Amino acid sequence: MSTIATDRNRLHRNRQRALSWAHFTGLFLVMCIICIPGLWIVLNSFRPTVEIMAKPPIWVPTFTLEHYRAMFGGAGEGGVPVFAYFRNSLIISVTSTIIAIGIGMAGGYAFARYRFRGKSYYFVGLMLFRAVPGVALSLPLFIVFARVGIIDTHFGLILVYVAMNVPFTVWLTDGFFRQIPKELYEAAEIDGCTRWQAFWRVEFPVARSGVASAAIFAFLTSWNEFALASQLTRSTGSKTMPVGLLDFTAEFTINWGGMCALAVLMILPALALTFIVQKHLISGLTFGGVKG
Amino acid sequence: MAEVSLRNVTKNYGALEVVHGIDLDIAHDEFVVLVGPSGCGKSTTLRMIAGLEDISGGEVAIGGNRVNDLPPRERNISMVFQNYALYPHMTVRENLGFSLLIAKRSETEIAQAVDDAASILGLGELLDRRPAELSGGQRQRVAMGRAIVRHPDVFLFDEPLSNLDAKLRTQMRIEIKKLHQKVRTTIVYVTHDQVEAMTLADRIVIMKDGDIVQVGTPLEVFERPVDTFVASFIGSPPMNLLEGKVSGGFVWITPDVTLPLPTVFSGKVAEGQRVTFGFRADNLMPKGHALTESGATADLSLTITLAEPLGAETMLLSELAGVEIQGKMLNPRPVSEGEVLECQLSLDHCHLFDTATGKSLR
Ligand SMILES: Nc1ncnc2c1ncn2[C@@H]1O[C@H](COP(=O)(O)OP(=O)(O)OP(=O)(O)O)[C@@H](O)[C@H]1O
Ligand SMILES: [Mg+2]
Repeated sequence: MSTIATDRNRLHRNRQRALSWAHFTGLFLVMCIICIPGLWIVLNSFRPTVEIMAKPPIWVPTFTLEHYRAMFGGAGEGGVPVFAYFRNSLIISVTSTIIAIGIGMAGGYAFARYRFRGKSYYFVGLMLFRAVPGVALSLPLFIVFARVGIIDTHFGLILVYVAMNVPFTVWLTDGFFRQIPKELYEAAEIDGCTRWQAFWRVEFPVARSGVASAAIFAFLTSWNEFALASQLTRSTGSKTMPVGLLDFTAEFTINWGGMCALAVLMILPALALTFIVQKHLISGLTFGGVKG
Repeated sequence: MAEVSLRNVTKNYGALEVVHGIDLDIAHDEFVVLVGPSGCGKSTTLRMIAGLEDISGGEVAIGGNRVNDLPPRERNISMVFQNYALYPHMTVRENLGFSLLIAKRSETEIAQAVDDAASILGLGELLDRRPAELSGGQRQRVAMGRAIVRHPDVFLFDEPLSNLDAKLRTQMRIEIKKLHQKVRTTIVYVTHDQVEAMTLADRIVIMKDGDIVQVGTPLEVFERPVDTFVASFIGSPPMNLLEGKVSGGFVWITPDVTLPLPTVFSGKVAEGQRVTFGFRADNLMPKGHALTESGATADLSLTITLAEPLGAETMLLSELAGVEIQGKMLNPRPVSEGEVLECQLSLDHCHLFDTATGKSLR
């Protein structure tokens, strides 16, 4: 009897082990699919051009900083105005994110807390804006911006990105505010707060990790956006980093190494920001003030 | 002084009126409990007093001042919510001190007030925890602490104990009662649990479908229910109610079952009137297991369908005229199902209601 029981136990254990291996392998494959292109970019940025283009591929890479050196070098030797592009990207992304979060959070809060006529239609309307492919807007935007005279300016791109990000921010923050029981602001009001204070002192801190994720999304969208930026910017004064990548394409050649090096520079700040904000805010995430 | 008065207060949600013009006067330091079945408008009424809900009609006054148009923060009230509504991002200490911080009191004053409240409620060691790290009972206590820190004129409680388990509920009930004795303040307390209402209240307000049915001390509403609704809502088990007809000094329930008309009602009913005869389990006891009654009694032979021993007494279930009724046996002995017991009904404690209106005929 006892041997049967141990047999069954062993069987059970083996099956569990097999399952967890399958699980692990599956996750590993998915992670590879997600990560390898990124990894490839990083690797290529450090390899000599011949090696990048080699067929069959060379598996053991040689390390070189030539692409970086060239990129920061003079215009004649394959250099690009990295700092200008970086500055443009930063100004445009940060400003548009702040504005989009400001507007989007106000909107999301209104959708979550107040009743008004046609609420659900507004909401669906906002979502529909997201459904329009950005490229389809590029020509009309180009014409309008050219007429108004804001083509090739920071302001123009900021405007576009705010418009792109607001609907999504509204949708995301609406969800977060909806999760906060209304008793929290009611309690704050009873404790002496005005509606405004109740929001900033209670609801906003409780929802802030949600707002931060919305901000990260908005920032990354602006930071990485290419289709519209490539149409609406021309000069070093307003080109963003994704558009800057095009500098590495010439009529008949593409400087893959240089492109990868710039891409790495583009990825780094985004990665760092996401990481910092995420880590800082998840630890602050504390529910449990209410029960039921 | 903080008496609360409601004058013809109504509440509408669109075209739907959920509170129909209620009047209520609550004295300074009084503990008033609003009780009633789910959806009868208790929370709505409380929230109108708090200022969390617009008052559609009538007037609410606190301490003699009309507060209809004042926001909650200007009413000097505090409220304990059913789900506690503690601020999750603050420690217990910050939760307690929040209202004083908003009122821009000095740091030392806040620390002092928080310590006082914490010692009243035994929250000493919990002060640096977050709400997420507290048990249900502890959260409940923090919520009460947050309410008392500010020394408001009125405390409002909306079913504060309904998320707790039975044992903790009993314990917190006692704590709330003690708290009231310590910090003498007007309290309006909402519950749908009649035991809570009976044990806590100075006065009970019984509501039904947006109207006040009866206001009185726990004993008054228990002994003199104004109608069959109150009679069956207050008291556990609910009052036994039998419908019948008045005929020659008797109440005919069925041709086989007649009960003598209690003498208090003799001048108050008409011959042939349809009435509902009511009595509590405490007034129906087997002979030899009853209180020695001085007043008039009626004898009934009852076949017991179920006996529930509770230790000091046994609840007896039986049927009379097709209606399930409950009696009580003191100094109990084992009772078996189907046993026939000779019982006596104490007529002086019986109730008579008009069947058509449900109103008491006393
Ligand atoms: N926002 C609202 N819109 C429409 N009707 C509402 C709204 N809020 C409450 N009601 C209705 O008002 C009535 C009273 O509600 P209320 O919350 O006061 O009941 P209650 O006595 O507190 O019940 P419970 O014991 O279940 O808490 C209910 O019939 C409810 O459906
Ligand atoms: Mg309620």
